Amino acid sequence: MLEVRGLHVAVSGTEILRGVDLTVKAGEVHAIMGPNGSGKSTLTQVLAGHPAYTVTAGTATYDGKDLLALKPEERAREGLFLAFQYPVEIRGITNSYFLRSAVNAVRKHRGQEELDPLDFLQVLEEKLKAIGWDDTLMNRPVNEGFSGGEKKRNEILQLAVLEPRLALLDETDSGLDIDALKTVANAVNKLRAPDRSFVIVTHYQRLLNFITPDVVHVLADGRIVKSGGPDLAHELEAKGYDWLRTGAMVS
Amino acid sequence: MVAVERLVQAYRAFAANGASGAPGWLKELRDGGITRFGELGFPTTKQEAWRFTSVAALTETAFELAHPATRIPQLGEIQPFLLADGPRLVFVNGFLQRSLSTPFFDGVRLDGLAQALVDTPDLVRQYLGKYAAFADRPFAALNTAFVRDGAFVYVPARLKVEEPLQLLFLTTASRDGARPVAHPRNLIVLEREARATVVETYASLGDGVYWTNAVTEVVVGDGARVDCYRVQRESDQAYHVAVTDVHQGRDSRANIHAVSFGGALARHDLRGTLAGPGGYLILNGLYLLAGEQHADHHTAIDHAAPHCESHEYFNGVLDGRSRGIFNGRIIVRPGAQKTDSKQTNNNLLLSGEAHADSQPQLEIYADDVKCTHGSTVGPLDPKALFYLESRGIGEVEARRLMTYGFAAEILNRMDVAPLRDQLDRIVRDRLAE
Repeated sequence: MLEVRGLHVAVSGTEILRGVDLTVKAGEVHAIMGPNGSGKSTLTQVLAGHPAYTVTAGTATYDGKDLLALKPEERAREGLFLAFQYPVEIRGITNSYFLRSAVNAVRKHRGQEELDPLDFLQVLEEKLKAIGWDDTLMNRPVNEGFSGGEKKRNEILQLAVLEPRLALLDETDSGLDIDALKTVANAVNKLRAPDRSFVIVTHYQRLLNFITPDVVHVLADGRIVKSGGPDLAHELEAKGYDWLRTGAMVS
Repeated sequence: MVAVERLVQAYRAFAANGASGAPGWLKELRDGGITRFGELGFPTTKQEAWRFTSVAALTETAFELAHPATRIPQLGEIQPFLLADGPRLVFVNGFLQRSLSTPFFDGVRLDGLAQALVDTPDLVRQYLGKYAAFADRPFAALNTAFVRDGAFVYVPARLKVEEPLQLLFLTTASRDGARPVAHPRNLIVLEREARATVVETYASLGDGVYWTNAVTEVVVGDGARVDCYRVQRESDQAYHVAVTDVHQGRDSRANIHAVSFGGALARHDLRGTLAGPGGYLILNGLYLLAGEQHADHHTAIDHAAPHCESHEYFNGVLDGRSRGIFNGRIIVRPGAQKTDSKQTNNNLLLSGEAHADSQPQLEIYADDVKCTHGSTVGPLDPKALFYLESRGIGEVEARRLMTYGFAAEILNRMDVAPLRDQLDRIVRDRLAE
């Protein structure tokens, strides 16, 4: 599904990722943990195609395609999704209008007929039902005046509607209280599927109490310094990151 | 001074001829207007209120007082500017066109001001010129000098008018004809606890240069509610200068919407005065400019009484080499305690050569008040652009969507759905260009 090899990334001349290797197979859930400033968010942003980041070396292959050669919207149409750490407000555009535009962009790309507002409403209702949410956010302008929890929920809602094959979740747990965290995690669990992979970036282990990953990676100083099973997350919770950072510097 | 002298001459001809049958008080009002205009002259960019807007091009054009149209437009021609049905007054070159209008005088009055001056002069006299002060506003003074026709809307106490009252002002100036100036004068009065919605539209059927110099006075009685929509979609040959004064009584509500699409040069001075406690005022405005267009909005909200609330939202979308000016004054008078006033002005620049000036101006003379303001000028937010792209929306479409949203934010506050849809289509068409 996703194959990242020796990825080096710089932003305004400063190197942030310094040789990341990552292989995610179809249906797997990977967690990427690490201290602040380790490059976790950069990894998701660069995979989604943020123009501020420059890839200086390495490759990223998605579904056999050169991911880095695609524009951000092309990546999305191919089934890649990024749940933003800081979702952006789009003034004057309702959530449902925005989502329909996005769904139709993807459908058009796939050669499917575009959905009119009524058809879309039906699809939307099914998706909401599947994750057990109501439509309160749908007629408000995108993320405008949303609470932190609502913004994160809105990201997951988009994930549900856009049905990506690779979903990157960037600190989706940050700023959530425990109830909101459970709500979001439950929705993600319902969206797990054999043909859908997740890369979940988080600073804390607590999200992983609710979403059990297949693989846990530790990203420190721009490299993946350790990978393991779900137990690694607990170990990190107990021991912190410093022991790994030191190790990374020694190696 | 040549231009001023020309207008004073035109006034003398007007006073001696078309206006000679007017009652004494009206003659006095007009005389006062021309006298003050003669003293003030046209504004120059040396004056603070006109710093960014030069009217030189206007003063250099030899405008003639508009005549009634020689050819009456067909209903089909004016339909694009109207809502499907409903009561309306249609003015052509400043004169009420009765054959295109549906005036009524039973209880609620909807008629031309000229007719109202004949039918109910005392009622008109009670309000006309009482709110659109012209001591420091030359164009309002000039309009007052040439008061003749316009819309007269009168809603007696406790009456509710459900259907929007449409006021359409058309000009038929053609390229090879004279350059007309019309001075429409509108008076909208809601007595206590009355309710009405008024849609005021300015447009052109011709391709010539013309000048509209409009004044609208809106009087909102105690406990009354008015919803005013002002749609300026003049031709790109037009000079459009307008003054709107809204005067609100105790516990009244006014929702004032103003969109500005047209005109080579447009200037709108919009003032709301909260004269009684408990008043609520919304100013909701949009200017959508392109090419060489220049639009200047000077708004003022005068909190003259305590416990009033005002919300002002103006968005500007500027393309080409256009220029947009927003000046938002909020005055909180001594004693206007518990005032709650919010103002925002956001300007979206779609081109490197478009330019916007945003000037909030808060004058607060009471201590227990809540006043906030915010303004922005800039291009589309690259973070938002990436957000949309990351959802599969291509760059061109993402830009269009965000620009549309900027305008839709204002349109979404409008309650009259057919009008909102009409404006929505105009915005979409403009953005598709």
